[in-house]
Amino acid sequence: MSDTIELAAPGRPLGVYTRPRGNTGWRDWITTVDHKKIGILYGATAMFFFGIGGLEALLIRLQLATPDGTVMGADTYNRVFTMHGLTMVFMVIMPLAAAFANYLLPLQIGARDVAFPRLNALSYWVFLAGGLFLNMSWLLGDAPDGGWFAYAPNTGVIFSPGHGMDYYVLGLQIMGIASLVSAMNLIVTVLNMRAPGMTLFKMPVMTWMILVVQFLLLFAVPVITVALFLLMFDRNFGANFFNPEMGADPLLWQHLFWIFGHPEVYILILPSFGIISEVIPTFSRKPLFGYPFMVFSGIAIGFMGWGVWAHHMFVSGIGPISVAAFSMSTMFIAVPTGVKILNWLATMWGGKIKFTVAMLFAFGVVSMFTIGGLSGVTHSVAPADTQQTDTYYIVAHFHYVIFGGSLLGIFAGFYFWWPKVFGHLLSEKLGKWNFWLMIIGFNMTFGPMHILGLQGMSRRIDSYSPGFGFEFWNMFASIGSFIIALGVLMFVINVVTSARRARHEPPVGPDPWDARSLEWFTPNPTPVHNFDELIQVDSLDEFWHRKYAEDENGRVVRVASAEEVCQDGSATDVHLPSPSYWPFVMAAGFPFVGFGLIYTLWICIPGALLILMAIYGWIFEPTDDPDGPHGHHADGSSDHDGTQAPSEAAGETVEEAPVG
Amino acid sequence: MADAAAVDHGHGTGTGLSNNKLLMWVFLGSECLLFGGLISTYLIYRSRYADGPAPGDIFDIPFTSVSSFILLMSSLTMVLSLSALQRGDIRNNRVWLLATALLGSLFIGGQVYEFTTFLREGLGYTTSPFSSAFFTLTGFHGIHVSLGIVMLVSLLIASFRGTLTKERSETVEIVGLYWHFVDVVWIFIFTVIYLVPSPTS
Amino acid sequence: MNTTTQNVEAHEGGHDHPTDAKYIRVAIVLGVVTALEVATYFVEIPGVVVIPVLLAMMVFKFFYVAAWFMHLRFDSPMFTKFFVAGLALATLVYGVLLTVFEFWTKG
Repeated sequence: MSDTIELAAPGRPLGVYTRPRGNTGWRDWITTVDHKKIGILYGATAMFFFGIGGLEALLIRLQLATPDGTVMGADTYNRVFTMHGLTMVFMVIMPLAAAFANYLLPLQIGARDVAFPRLNALSYWVFLAGGLFLNMSWLLGDAPDGGWFAYAPNTGVIFSPGHGMDYYVLGLQIMGIASLVSAMNLIVTVLNMRAPGMTLFKMPVMTWMILVVQFLLLFAVPVITVALFLLMFDRNFGANFFNPEMGADPLLWQHLFWIFGHPEVYILILPSFGIISEVIPTFSRKPLFGYPFMVFSGIAIGFMGWGVWAHHMFVSGIGPISVAAFSMSTMFIAVPTGVKILNWLATMWGGKIKFTVAMLFAFGVVSMFTIGGLSGVTHSVAPADTQQTDTYYIVAHFHYVIFGGSLLGIFAGFYFWWPKVFGHLLSEKLGKWNFWLMIIGFNMTFGPMHILGLQGMSRRIDSYSPGFGFEFWNMFASIGSFIIALGVLMFVINVVTSARRARHEPPVGPDPWDARSLEWFTPNPTPVHNFDELIQVDSLDEFWHRKYAEDENGRVVRVASAEEVCQDGSATDVHLPSPSYWPFVMAAGFPFVGFGLIYTLWICIPGALLILMAIYGWIFEPTDDPDGPHGHHADGSSDHDGTQAPSEAAGETVEEAPVG
Repeated sequence: MADAAAVDHGHGTGTGLSNNKLLMWVFLGSECLLFGGLISTYLIYRSRYADGPAPGDIFDIPFTSVSSFILLMSSLTMVLSLSALQRGDIRNNRVWLLATALLGSLFIGGQVYEFTTFLREGLGYTTSPFSSAFFTLTGFHGIHVSLGIVMLVSLLIASFRGTLTKERSETVEIVGLYWHFVDVVWIFIFTVIYLVPSPTS
Repeated sequence: MNTTTQNVEAHEGGHDHPTDAKYIRVAIVLGVVTALEVATYFVEIPGVVVIPVLLAMMVFKFFYVAAWFMHLRFDSPMFTKFFVAGLALATLVYGVLLTVFEFWTKG
């Protein structure tokens, strides 16, 4: 030990810098660095915000059910529809995708955790801090009201003098930190922590889609960061980025926002594409058709998504050459997405389909996203878009792709992986009610919006006058929205009653769906240490191939039961990363800084102190294993967390978790 | 002790590369998009100087050349500090770390002087789109340099406490990567913003 | 401890770290190029010539620092790929942005 220095000698903790150990209850959740708990936190938080965003949606539909609606005044309406969009995009879909990515990605690559467990926790707590901060604007009287897209100079200090847009800027900046940190973490995780034998092209398609999303986040979040800073400087420090009177160009905001905004929509959809790429093969009892095409089309979408942003700006005056160029690039991007749809269909074709609720939701994605994609293709034709833009036709399009695509995919994921996370199944019966109510309600709500839009109903308006012919479909849509709400209610009932029922029933046992990928090796629910032993991976769908082989006639026969193949979770000597307070403490500092920038700079001080203290504490807290042969890093690196460090326990030889 | 060095340098990882170093490179990739946005904003706005000074009127190229040269040389001292530590030469590691921090501070001092001079000459933050874009871009860069100096000083403190050993040279390497990146951004800014002929009024 | 030293060096994959003398030579080259760049300010050169020359020198310095000081020349290509990916994407996307703003024609 002579060439390593420790700040904490074994058995002698260093005062406030000791790591929390073996806590239960709320302290366990606050200090956890376990990717599975963090995934659950993301999921639960996102569903809470889903309730809020859903209420906002119902308020909108109540207002628009009749002409000259009186449920809300115009200012309130603007706040409600702005927050509905912000909530659903940043506080529901993105964190739900993060929930699945956090829980499943390490399992799908056969790892014990992510590369940087404390950074992972930080991402969650910072997300929570940002989401709560932004929603505090409701209580403080001034929610943002400029739309989720916040076009300047409308959102500048002259036309938006209240604090609402400041909440927007700061809330999104805070949440952006969470996404960026998470992206860096997961990229390093996928590259460096795969199980032995798992080459990139043996990873599940879901892992690939999540990886592409992380790259999109990595490069897109800095762009909106710039845009938000520029807006903040205009609003708070008198800068001239979007002030036309001083010669600035408001279009700069639009460009910067959409350079982020378009990759963002692929960030929203690709995780669900990944989810159904696991669900569909399982319930078609066939491997995914065209694995390389699925991977490459996902990568292609990732690349091409950077070249289409100004299709959100066709009528903003960018000129015919730009319009033509972006129109063409937008048409091209339909191709890789179409490839995916065809591959899912080809997977189902000739398969032995099992209509579980997860599969129903997956069907929902394929069909609803196709509709949304088709309307998207119509937008790409710039002259047609000139009529469509800023109407309800666009609202229809993006709800078909985000709700019909992203959200239904996430529900497919819920039903599929619920047993893995919680150890019991969700009720299929209630699930079918959930699905049918949601999909019927959804189509009732958003289908007619295509018609309304083409008939000329403007979007982003708080009311419409009678006599334009909008009355019938708006009422129809509003009824549909309440049916969606019923569907969501069925989901909540399903969650609660399934949990209650599970208390008196035997556990679900391993591999309830006869699935294909590595996460199903572990018992249900997943033990805290993930795998008893790391899996040696020899093929794609390694789990499947342990259970099935081809006989002499080339037919697929079962060669091993799930009980034989699956691990039993009984390993006790696996070293895990230690919990830590500091991610929580650091995240807590950000809202203070935000409030300080809005109200009075004095409030920034406790925020900055919390952040600095957390950085200091983080760097100097002992690594998990003060007894280990490696010392502790001045930069608080945690690449030793769990995956490579030997056990603190009996000192016997424990596997080193090689992940080459 | 084989495990320590092996793990430090990325044995046992899928790519054979250290997690920490890979993380820093991934981060630097994203920083390109951040600075690219600020630089583009500047380029779009450099000719929009309202009633204030134009860039060509106000830049002091000889002065900025000196501070650019200083920052460039700080990259040399940074890599020398790393090289010293990799040889186990703790003393020179400290000397060059200190030199880098000092050169960086000198650069920041130069920036502060430049900004205050511009202010006196009528170019304030709110004067024009050009001025806002200029100060924001160079200000962000300056903040990055300052954070780098904080990291360098932290390394120095760690060194004096005896915890910055040869085995930990990767930490210095990673701070160095950040520092060189910040220098490289300035190479870009110096050429594109200062040296390329700017509009004059 | 010597074993650690040996393991570190063995692990480095046999690539050499440049010597300090080499780093100083790199710095001198960078200094000279910088001096040449600055010299353009003092000499009357038409913009259509000086701008490409300045950009070429800038690119040279950029890659020289990245290759030698940031050690990319000797390290795994994966690091270079990440850096180049960010650079290339930024150049492309912002290049298009500047084009839409007619920066190249109207400045």
